[in-house]
This record gives sequence, structure tokens and C-alpha cells, in this order.
Amino acid sequence: MDYNKRLDGRDFDELRPMEAKAGVIKKADGSAYFRMGKTIAYAAVYGPREMFPKFMQDPKKGVLRCNYNMLPFSGAGGDRVKPGPSRRSKEISAVTEKALSAVVDLSDSPNAVVDVYIELPQTDAGSRCCGINAAAIALADAGIPMRDIVAAVAVGHAGNKIIVDLDYEEEHLPDYLEGLDEKDVADIPVAVIPSTGEISLLQMDGIVDKAVLFKALHKAREAAMKVSEVQRNALREKFVAHVSDDIDNNENGFEENQY
Amino acid sequence: MMIDQEAKRHLRESLAKGVRYDGRKKDEFRNIEIRTGFIVTAEGSAQVKCGETEVIAGVKMSVEKPYSDTPDSGILMVGAELLPLSNPKYEGGPPGADAIEVARVIDRGIRESKSLDNQRLCITAGEKVWTINVDISPLNDDGNLIDVGSMAAVAAILNARFPSYENGKVDFKKVTNEPIPMMRIPIAITVIRIGDAFIVDPTELEEQALDARLTVTTIDDDRLCSIQKGGAGTLSIEEIEKMVDLAVHKSREIRKLIKQE
Repeated sequence: MDYNKRLDGRDFDELRPMEAKAGVIKKADGSAYFRMGKTIAYAAVYGPREMFPKFMQDPKKGVLRCNYNMLPFSGAGGDRVKPGPSRRSKEISAVTEKALSAVVDLSDSPNAVVDVYIELPQTDAGSRCCGINAAAIALADAGIPMRDIVAAVAVGHAGNKIIVDLDYEEEHLPDYLEGLDEKDVADIPVAVIPSTGEISLLQMDGIVDKAVLFKALHKAREAAMKVSEVQRNALREKFVAHVSDDIDNNENGFEENQY
Repeated sequence: MMIDQEAKRHLRESLAKGVRYDGRKKDEFRNIEIRTGFIVTAEGSAQVKCGETEVIAGVKMSVEKPYSDTPDSGILMVGAELLPLSNPKYEGGPPGADAIEVARVIDRGIRESKSLDNQRLCITAGEKVWTINVDISPLNDDGNLIDVGSMAAVAAILNARFPSYENGKVDFKKVTNEPIPMMRIPIAITVIRIGDAFIVDPTELEEQALDARLTVTTIDDDRLCSIQKGGAGTLSIEEIEKMVDLAVHKSREIRKLIKQE
């Protein structure tokens, strides 16, 4: 059974509309808001700061600590999500940390911790990717030394098609499309380091053969570049002064420099 | 930002002269912005910004068994989680005493106001009633979480619409036009005492310097339905009277804002 037209009408390698903003939480050292379709994530960074409990300190370098949490009213399936950490959220926190640690350099902050809090007030699948996207901007906003800004997106395989940026309904495609077997759907969240194409997060649910997996990974890399553009624009919006529209009244027509 | 003795002293002296650091009068709220109905996964939602403090609240509804002592009554639960993302002083993990207090004071304010017509939430007495869960989370904490959280909770409740209930199942995708039956609009106002000064809508810095605080929740006809004193300092009866008057006075303004949304 083939998946010929996406449920929401998008092209197969089209991401959902994205929106991002840096510096949205004033109390934090760095923060960001990232939206992918109906999935919304806030991220706040505190640190480097002293690490507690002390036994978790690393005398050689600082430690990155991530916490992913869905707010009780954010579940896409209709039910309320019980507040507090769950096994799922702890696992997502862990893979998020790995995805971001790959680019972060905390060698100048021994014994310190950089805490990243990710909260989602509304989800529609792709929440861990959206969280990573927000967290990466927040870390940059906080001035944490990094070699790049990690960009993440979930790709999938359903009905013989590789799809980019699945939403909740696509994650549960057999519920919406006749003739599609559970086994035909794979959900693959991927986090990419844009400057090198390296992958810092990779998970998969579902059954695919190798060729399909590699095709999907390439699609993910391409899609991640689009995410990266949105992330960079959010940081530019905040940190780059805007060139004034008026040209300086100077004989040479010299334009006010934006720096 | 933790306040030290010197900073506390300076703040108190300023307030004694009637000067607040952000130029507000003692009985003046920061600029309030409210928006509702923007979280599609919730049956009702609201976001309140009060100065730099920002709180969101969402309403989730479900059908459950009623409590055995009130078989024909719906259930309302108001919870709050003080997210570490909103303020470096909040740690992850189970809610601490301050989170619990914020949640319970807001919950009692709404519950004791008897605003909710519980009987209308009953589907089958003794078996099925609507349960309304209101969850509050600050996104940025610059003080006065109780008042702002309460505004967000009430606004979210007023914004909510029942999902349809057919053949014993809730269908969250089919939203009805039925609002939650709220007969009144409870408003919580917190007044803090710093020395001899009484101020409303404290920033985080002002909260850290307080001697005592009083949260007063009122209903539409100015009657009081819930009071909570906080802080290590004491309050005389005269002081309490002054604070209650101030709270009632401010509650009218805030109630108007909520009704507008």
C-alpha cells in the first residue's frame, strides 16, 4: 500500500512551517522558542554554574545537563500528560544531551554545569527535535562555546515513501490510512551538525531496510539545513543591529555600518 | 538573583520614601497582557504577561468516576509546576514547598469561590462526571506568581470548551460550544509588607525583601473567599485590614481585564 499524498497536503520533503526566536526568557542566561507546525518548544539555559550534586562534578571540564518535559496539556493524543518526569522523558533528556554535547566545549568550566531546560506547551510529534532546535539556539544565546548549532528533524518511512518532519497523524498512519500495516511505518529523529553533516542524534522506531535508512538520512541532512537557516535567523534577529534605511548624509553616500 | 543585606536595606529605604525601582506606585500593577485559546492540544488555554513575569495555563478535561462522598459532583483540580526554566532558583524534581503553596493557594482561591457549578458537570451520578484539570506553568518568573498564575488559570477556564462525549467516549477532536459553567470570577491579589510599605504586584527582588505577604481572593461582589498569609514577619489586624482593602480595590481592575478576554 503506497502513501501517495500526505495527510496535510505537504510535499514529501517539505517541513512544517517553522518559527524561532532567541532571548524569550529574561531570567535565563540564554533562551529560545522554536515551532515546527503545531509542536512548540521553549528552551532555557542556566550556566555555567556550580554543579550540584557535587559527586556529578567533572574536574576536567563542565557538564551539560538537559531536561525535557511536556506540559500536562500538551499531548497530541487528547489525554492529559501526568506532570513530572517519566521514563520516556528521561530517555529523551539523555539523547538530547548527547546530541548537544557533541558540539559544546566546556573545557574552560571545570566542575560547572550548563543546565538546559526544554518545556513543550503543545506537541504534534517531532517534540524531541523541536526541543533540540530550541536548545541549540538557547545555548548560542547564552554564549556557551560551541562548534556549531545543532539542527534536528524527524524523517520517516511510510507506504514506500520517505517523508520529512512527520506530524502526529503520520506517526500513527495506520490509524488514518486503510491497508497500511504498523510495520510499514518508521519514525527516525535525526540531529545534524550543519557545518560537517555529522549526526549527533539518531533513533528509529519501525522496520526499514538499510537502503531506505540511508536514503532517509540524506533527506534528514537536507531538511536539517532548512532548520539551521531558521535557527541562524533567530540569532541574527537578536544580535545583529539593523542597518538603517536612511543613507547617511555624507558626500560619499557612505552607509551607516551595521556594526 | 539572591538579595543580600545591603540590597535589602536599600530597597526598604526606597520603599519607605515611596519609590519603587521600576517607578511604579505602591498600588500599581505592571503592564498586563492576556491571550487565550492558543494551545490546540488543550481544551482551554491562557497566557498572562505581567511585566516580565509570564505564565501559561492549560485546561484538560476527562470523564472519571466521582468522589464517593460527592457522587453527583464534577471534579476540579488546579496544579502548578514551578519550572526550572523560569527561574534559576527552581530545581527539577518533585515540587518543593513554594511550588506546592502556589498551586494550593490558587486552587483554593478558585475552589472556595464556589464559582464552578459542580452539579452541571455530572453525567451519571455515582459513575461518570467531568474532571477539569487546570495546569499552570511559569515561563519567566519575575515575581507575583500567585496572582499571575491565578489570572492565567481563570482565563484558561473561561476560554475552555467541552469536547464532545458520545457513546461513553470523549472525542477531543469534536469541540462543542459549551463553556465550563463558572458563575463567578475569583481574583487573587497578593499584597506584601516591606517595613511600613504595602505594595502590590511585587517583582522577584521585592518579594525577596518582604516581611510578610497576604494573598486575598475575592469574588465579584467584593466578598472574600480565601486568604493566605506568607513570609516570616507578622501582620497586625490594622495592617491586614489595609491590605485586604487594597486587594479588593485592585481585584476589580483585574477582573475587568479577565472579562475582556
